[in-house]
Amino acid sequence: MYRSHILVCAGTNCHSGKSDKFIEYLDEKLLEHKLNEEVKVVKTGCFGLCAFGPVVVVYPEGIFYQMVDQAGIERIFAEHVLKGRIVDDLVYEESKKHGVIEPFEQTDFFRKQVRVALHNCGVIDPEDINEYIAVDGYQALAKVLTTMTPQQVIDEIKASGLRGRGGAGFPTGLKWSFAAAEPAGKKYICCNADEGDPGAFMDRSVLEGDPHVLIEAMAIAAYAVGADEGYKYVRAEYPLAVQRFQKALDDARAMGFLGENILGTGFSFDMHVKLGAGAFVCGEETALLTSIEGNRGEPRPRPPFPAVKGLFGKPTVLNNVETLANIPRIIMEGADWFAGMGTETSKGTKVFALGGNIVNVGLVEVPMGITLREIVEEIGGGIPSGKKFKAAQTGGPSGGCIPAKLLDTGIDYESLAQVGSMMGSGGLIVMDEDSCMVDIAKFYLDFTVDESCGKCAPCRIGTKQLLEILEKITQGQGVMEDLDTLKTLSTHIMENSLCALGQTAPNPVASTLEYFWDEYVEHVVNKKCPAGMCKDLLTYTILPDKCIGCTICARVCPVNAISGKVKEIHTIDEKCIKCGVCVDKCKFDAIIKV
Amino acid sequence: MKKIANVEELNAMRDKLKDKIGIRHDVPNNIQVVVGMGTCGIAAGAPAVLSAVTKEVGRLNLQNVTVAHKGCQGNCENEPIVEVIIPGKEPVTYVNMNSQKVTKIIGEHVVGGKPVVEYSKYGRIKGFE
Amino acid sequence: MDNVKLKINGLDVEVPKGTTVLDAAHKLGIRIPTLCYLREINAIGACRICVVEVKGARSSVAACVHPVSEGMEIQTNTEKLRQARKMTLELIVSDHRMDCLSCERSLRCELQTLANEYEVDQHKFANLNPEVDDSAPHLIRDNSKCILCRKCVAVCKHNQAVGVIGANYRGYKTQIGSPFDLPLDTQPCIYCSQCVAVCPTGALSEKYDHKKVWEAIANPNKHVVVACAPAVRAQLGECFNYPIGTNVSGKMVTALRRMGFDKVFDVPTAADFTIMEEGTELIKRLEAGGPFPMFTSCSPGWVKFCEHFYPEYLDNLSTCKSPQQMYGALMKTYYAEKEGIKPEDMYVVSVMPCAAKKFEITRDHQNAAGIPDLDAVITTNELALMIRQTGLIFEDLPDEDFDPAFGIASGAGHIFGVTGGVCEATLRTVSEIVSGKPLEKLEFNEVRGVAGIKEAEYDLGGKKLKVAVVSGTANAKKVIEDIKSGAKEYHFIEMMACPGGCVNGGGQPYQPGYVRNFTDLRALRAKALYREDAPKTALRKSHENPVVKEIYDSYLGEPGGHKAHELLHTSYVKRTVY
Repeated sequence: MYRSHILVCAGTNCHSGKSDKFIEYLDEKLLEHKLNEEVKVVKTGCFGLCAFGPVVVVYPEGIFYQMVDQAGIERIFAEHVLKGRIVDDLVYEESKKHGVIEPFEQTDFFRKQVRVALHNCGVIDPEDINEYIAVDGYQALAKVLTTMTPQQVIDEIKASGLRGRGGAGFPTGLKWSFAAAEPAGKKYICCNADEGDPGAFMDRSVLEGDPHVLIEAMAIAAYAVGADEGYKYVRAEYPLAVQRFQKALDDARAMGFLGENILGTGFSFDMHVKLGAGAFVCGEETALLTSIEGNRGEPRPRPPFPAVKGLFGKPTVLNNVETLANIPRIIMEGADWFAGMGTETSKGTKVFALGGNIVNVGLVEVPMGITLREIVEEIGGGIPSGKKFKAAQTGGPSGGCIPAKLLDTGIDYESLAQVGSMMGSGGLIVMDEDSCMVDIAKFYLDFTVDESCGKCAPCRIGTKQLLEILEKITQGQGVMEDLDTLKTLSTHIMENSLCALGQTAPNPVASTLEYFWDEYVEHVVNKKCPAGMCKDLLTYTILPDKCIGCTICARVCPVNAISGKVKEIHTIDEKCIKCGVCVDKCKFDAIIKV
Repeated sequence: MKKIANVEELNAMRDKLKDKIGIRHDVPNNIQVVVGMGTCGIAAGAPAVLSAVTKEVGRLNLQNVTVAHKGCQGNCENEPIVEVIIPGKEPVTYVNMNSQKVTKIIGEHVVGGKPVVEYSKYGRIKGFE
Repeated sequence: MDNVKLKINGLDVEVPKGTTVLDAAHKLGIRIPTLCYLREINAIGACRICVVEVKGARSSVAACVHPVSEGMEIQTNTEKLRQARKMTLELIVSDHRMDCLSCERSLRCELQTLANEYEVDQHKFANLNPEVDDSAPHLIRDNSKCILCRKCVAVCKHNQAVGVIGANYRGYKTQIGSPFDLPLDTQPCIYCSQCVAVCPTGALSEKYDHKKVWEAIANPNKHVVVACAPAVRAQLGECFNYPIGTNVSGKMVTALRRMGFDKVFDVPTAADFTIMEEGTELIKRLEAGGPFPMFTSCSPGWVKFCEHFYPEYLDNLSTCKSPQQMYGALMKTYYAEKEGIKPEDMYVVSVMPCAAKKFEITRDHQNAAGIPDLDAVITTNELALMIRQTGLIFEDLPDEDFDPAFGIASGAGHIFGVTGGVCEATLRTVSEIVSGKPLEKLEFNEVRGVAGIKEAEYDLGGKKLKVAVVSGTANAKKVIEDIKSGAKEYHFIEMMACPGGCVNGGGQPYQPGYVRNFTDLRALRAKALYREDAPKTALRKSHENPVVKEIYDSYLGEPGGHKAHELLHTSYVKRTVY
């Protein structure tokens, strides 16, 4: 019996803040004070509030400590653990907002969240299978193996309305039923953990924080479709996730949740981990399967769909990590419970990785149908430094930019598609008024040009041509005809590319053209960048009425582009490389960019 | 690690492990046993009392009990102090505690529901006079 | 198999389940343009030229890979599709180096044809050319003209089991090349040039040697002789708009003579020598009990394949030189002696369907007279170019015969150019030598046909002779693996690197994807050669060739004898894969 648990987040973000050292420190100190049998240190997965990591939570009080460093953990031990005194200044600011320390679950960031896929993340020790079992782990597997037929499992998932969380939103139960309908024989279950969207890390968090849920879900899927072998395809850039998942796999195998005759029911299933080399395109299902087979990761035409002819030519179900993380809960709580959340067409919850110009950078799980405004302004805590919201980019590099006027859009597959973006895997990047939308479109195209596999012509060459035109525009070389070409070429690439990468790659261009047309025109016609981001369209000028001739700007200029005598007005010449150092250094706000 | 042969074994294991984790879930109806751990309490021997409470609750496998501690309550001369809070009832404060007294309190008050009047601060408890 | 009914452009069609939209449309006489598709070899839907609209589908689909289904409604040629194809072509053209005026593939280039058909604006997008790379020895890869259809990669891997090229890098930087961008001559490339044969643009082309030949012809001190491989006469016509499978032997000889060659000889004559030597070798092996199986050695691509991938089988390779090399050896020894010309003053040229032959003349132990047996090899394509450069109207040329000194050949020598031909020719001679009496029937039909692996068993003077005929090195790999595992046993195997044999060689005239996809080139081209071996032909057996008899009697001595060995046999080397 432990009277207190100290939870130390060991997700990748907190881990990089040396949270592993905290665990060593606490264990050592507890032993020294002979408290090791009273107080337990638990290494957990991600809490989601990554902007404030490393995170330490002390139970039973449920005190959430933020941005803990070595000095901080020493104080938490000496004060809170030994003496029961909360270390006020380390407590998460938000939970102190109303004058008293509220349980962290009551804060804005956590209050509106509903954790289904992330249910156990930040709650249990991902490296201890016993903790998973203690929170009803593997009960769902036991339930399907002993009380349900494969068809009943598929029906339950169908009834829940669960749709693929990897991007396209295909109904999961339907996908399973296709593979199940194929004649008995070799079949595979694969899990797509090749999270490639820059800034998205929900899959990593599940792998790191609750790996057993995926093993359990894959075993359930295997039972439902008649498979006996599985592959988890995870990117090699997630070393911690790979290591934790491997440990979970070994433990699950040792305890008989994988292998022959699972739980004495006669059902057998085992799986492998396959490391991906980090190509974005390998998140596309056929490219992923091609990669597992040992070939260059490139998509292949569908049909045949993987459910009919997938890995090594056999019927294969490929589900995304987040999709799978929902499965055991659906089995335990019932399809109705799950279908009770969300909208008409999109059930359950969705995890988003909040990033960009927003206060609470981190991971949130919200019911489908919640508005973008709620996520950005309430859960996300709004835009820092009092700046204005300009756009939200959802769906990763191939999603679209949603302008302020559409902030009340409810988040579900259809609504996002309707406004020219997509759910994608759940990246949500917030941009403030300082962002240039042409520059943003260029940024994302730069990514897709790099990550296009190079197989089909529209995507390979088309995205490159889009990028060339955008570059031309941001350099002030654009003509109005370029905007028409951007439009027709975007449509062409979307309609004619081989796979989803190309079919969605022009989204950032198409959506910014639609919502921020004037900004493009400003670049093309007036050769100006309203947000002041496009260097080639800017000039730095010293305001004569404000300059006092202090010479600081001239001294910091790396290319000697500023001249002027002491106490005389300075000027900037054409050598200027627009680095902005002079603006930052001028104490009199005498330098502006126009 | 031992293989789990069937569902019964899995359930038994889950039930046994549950208390390892229970503390991390919201349990509003739990009985709270709170030990004063201010400097005064610690000087008077509160750590041993806290350990005794923890061990006794564990020994009796009391799933509905939360063991907590708090700082100085301004009653330093009576430390170690233990407070038992049963939801819906008045909290009871015990003073000058030690390990033996803890065993009695857990057994009679926490489990049995009957406060140990003689250990209370003034030797009397509202409702049990 | 179940049939499905569907509508294409409003027309009803019924085809077997699993048929692609492309094939279903073809059945209705509708041509859907393709670039990357190659039947059974490369079906990857990459170029997106064959896009069609399927009613109810989210986006357009690739006709070459999309299977039809019941009740489907397809449009193949709407204005929208024409615009889509046009824009895709404009994109492809935007990173294509446009030296169409002088490009080797000009007028036969599939990209050029489509660009013309779709009225492509070649300046629609900025030109973003990558660099040129011509480090390879037998062919030139100019990636600035590559459209990344991957046909070359697919034939190299699937047909040839060589796999020395693949896609390197990603996205716009994607380029076809060898691993780590190493030069092709550092790789176990077998120089078969099947990649060149399927390239729809000028990205892959043979390395031409015709300029050296023009120089030799212009040099009054050189006695320049030329000989043509059997497969050349069967395909040269394709370069002058003759139907596939037209034998243009007579016009070819006239053309060569008018181009200025001193003598025009025939490689099938040399092939008859090969049969004498190879047949004798087989008989000796049968007497000695091995080593079996004996592999033929006339295909330099196959020989190099064996050296790289199965060096443990080098003893199984016949030591006979190929017909080309026997021709060269006899030119610089017997012929030079007889004509009183110094071997150094001879310039020996062959016309071949094959770029690997250009490599073969540089091999060791191919120098009977102490200098290389041959001086230059040109391909069918180079010959066609030289004929045009000579200003000849090919169709109007009269038919002439080869020079008789080395221009008489048996039907057996002619069918060398087709898969199964070497085997059949060998069987005719060996059977008669072993049994001592003439064959009643000269056709060995079991070894004819386009199948990649053919097997037969013959009675040879009471002994069983198990033979196999293999074309395409992927098939060779399969057969050798079967031999290795003990699953199969043979005495004699005819091996050809190119699927279908020399008629389908890498140096043959280019036939675009839509021809390859809807006709069997191998069978059509083979017909021309079997006509040279028609039943009424007088001379059908190598050992009855008067030129062969004369040269053995007056110069070489016994087949397989000492002198024959010195001049007509060679050796092999172990090569590595990495």
